[in-house]
Amino acid sequence: MRRRLPVIIAFGIGFLMLIQYFIPHPRSEEFYNVIVQQWFIIIFAFMYIFALRSFFMHHITKVKRKKEGYIFSAVAMVSVLFMLLSGLITSRGPFFDSLYNYMIAPLQGTMFSLLAFFIASAAFRAFRARNVQATLLLVTATIVMIGRVPIGDYLWRGMPDLVEWIMTVPSMAAMRGIRIGVGLGAVATAMKIMLGIERSYMGGE
Amino acid sequence: MLIGLLFFFGQMPITVVATTDSISLKPPTNLRAMDTPNDHGESITLFWDRPLDISNIEGYQIFREAEDESLHLAGYAPVNKTEYLDQLGLRNNVEYQYSMRSINPEGVVSIFSELPPVVTAYPQWFKKNEVNILIMIIIYLGLVVYFVRIARKGKKIFLRRIPGLDALEEAVGRATEMGKPILYVPGIWPMDEIGTIAAMNILKPVSKKVAQYESRIIVPCIDPIVMNVAQQTVKEGFTEAGRPDRYNQDDVFFLTSAQFAYAAGVNGIMVREKPATNLFLGVFFAESLLLAETGNATGAIQIAGTDRVPQLPFFVAACDYCIMGEELYAASAYLSEDPRLISSIKAQDWGKMAILISLFFGSVFSIFGLRFILSWFSAG
Repeated sequence: MRRRLPVIIAFGIGFLMLIQYFIPHPRSEEFYNVIVQQWFIIIFAFMYIFALRSFFMHHITKVKRKKEGYIFSAVAMVSVLFMLLSGLITSRGPFFDSLYNYMIAPLQGTMFSLLAFFIASAAFRAFRARNVQATLLLVTATIVMIGRVPIGDYLWRGMPDLVEWIMTVPSMAAMRGIRIGVGLGAVATAMKIMLGIERSYMGGE
Repeated sequence: MLIGLLFFFGQMPITVVATTDSISLKPPTNLRAMDTPNDHGESITLFWDRPLDISNIEGYQIFREAEDESLHLAGYAPVNKTEYLDQLGLRNNVEYQYSMRSINPEGVVSIFSELPPVVTAYPQWFKKNEVNILIMIIIYLGLVVYFVRIARKGKKIFLRRIPGLDALEEAVGRATEMGKPILYVPGIWPMDEIGTIAAMNILKPVSKKVAQYESRIIVPCIDPIVMNVAQQTVKEGFTEAGRPDRYNQDDVFFLTSAQFAYAAGVNGIMVREKPATNLFLGVFFAESLLLAETGNATGAIQIAGTDRVPQLPFFVAACDYCIMGEELYAASAYLSEDPRLISSIKAQDWGKMAILISLFFGSVFSIFGLRFILSWFSAG
C-alpha cells in the first residue's frame, strides 16, 4: 500500500487534470484553481520549512567543521535571518524593499551580466574549426553575427536576408524537430507516470 | 483608455440626428450574434458584413441591451473587422440584443443595423475544437499500452546508444578514482515540470551507481519540493545499492530560490569542492552557460541534458556530452534497462513516424490546395 497509494494518487490527479483540460466550464476552472493554485501554495509553504531546515543544517555543519569557504556560509545564514527579520518587523515596508532593490537585485544583475563573458569564452571554444561540422558552424555563426549588425548590410545588401533565411529555415527546422520529440517525450513520460510504469521519481522502481 | 472611452460613450444618451452625412453613411449588414463556442461562457461573438462603400467609415460602434441593461455602447471595431468578441460585463443565461452602426472620422454616425435575434451566453462542457488533440492522446496512449504489453511478453526492443548516458558510468568511476564528489544539478524549475520529473527519474540510477562506487553525490536544489523528492530519491538509490549508511542528507540541500543566486551558489560549490563530474539534467534557462562554463573551467567531466531547446547550444559548447530534448525523458528507461520503460520509447518513435508521414502528406496536399490534414493539427 505504501507504494500503491502514491501511484493511485498520481493516476487520479493526472487523469482529472487531463479531463479538466477539455472542459471549459467554470466548475472545471474552479477545480484547476483549487488543485494547482491553492493546494500548491499550501504544499509549497510547508516544504519551505523543510528547505530552511536543510539550508541551516548544511551551512551550520560547514561553519562547525570550518570547511573551505565557511565564512560564506556564515554570511548566507546572517543574510537570510536579516532579510527574514526585516520583512517581519517592517511588514515588508520600505526598508525591506530597499534591501531587495539595492542589494539583491544588483547582485543578481551582476551574475546575469557575467553571461556575456561566458558566451564569448564558450563561443571561442565552439567555433574552432576542428572538423567539417565545426567549420560549418563557424561559417554559419559568423554570417549570422555579421548579418545581425549594421555592418552586414553595409558589406552586402543581401546579408540580412541570408541571415533571416538561416534563422527561419534550417535553424527553425532543426529546432522544430527537437521540439516535436520533446512534445511526444513529455506526453509519454506523463502517461508512464499516470499508469504507474515510471516510479523512479517517488523513490521506488 | 479604451475602457474609459467606452464608459464615456456608454453614458451618453443615444440619439440619432439624421444629417446628409449620416444618411450617406451605411451601417454594417447581416449582423449575427452567437454564444462563443468552447468557452466558459460570459462571451458573445458578433459577425457582420461590411457595407459596400467603406471609404468614409472609420469603424463600427457595437451596442448591447438586456432586460436589466439599457441600450449602451459595448464596444468598437475598426472598419476592416467583420468579427467582434464581447466579453465586457456579460453574464451567463441572460438574453442580449445587439445592434451596430458605422462612424466616420468626424464622429458622424449611420443609422442602426438590422437587429439580429436575441442571444444568450452559456458555458460549455466540452471543447469540441480540441477533439483532435483528445483523439491523438488516446491513440498515443494505445501505442504506449501496446508496446508495454509486448515488452511484458519478453520481446527484445532495440534502443540506439546515447553517448551521454553511456558516459555516466565512466563519469562516476572517474569521480571515485579521483576521490572527488559528483555534482548533480536538477535544473531550476519546480516539480510540476516534466523536465524536472525526468531529472528526478535519472537521479535514482545515478545515485545507485554513486553508492555502488562508494562515491559522494552533491545535489543543490532551488525548489523546496524538488529538494524533498531528491532527498528521498537519493536515499532510495543508496538503499537499493546496499549502502544506506553512505547516504548523507546534508548533501542534498536547499540552496536558494533565486535563479542567479542559485547559479552563484552552484558555481561556488564547483570552485570550492572541485567535483570530478558535473551533471546538469533538467530545466535550465539563462544560468545554463554560467554553470557549464564554470564547470568547464574547473576541469570536470560534464554531462548536460535539457528539454529547453534555446539552452542546448550552450550545453553543447561547454559540456563533454549533451542529452538533447526527448533523450532526457528516455534517460531513465535507458539507465534502468526496464523493458516496460523502454517500450514507451518505441511508442514515441511510432508517434514521430506518424507526425513525419503527416508532415509529408500535409505538405504535398496543401500544395494542391487541400488543407484537411493541416486542419487536423490545428487547435482552437
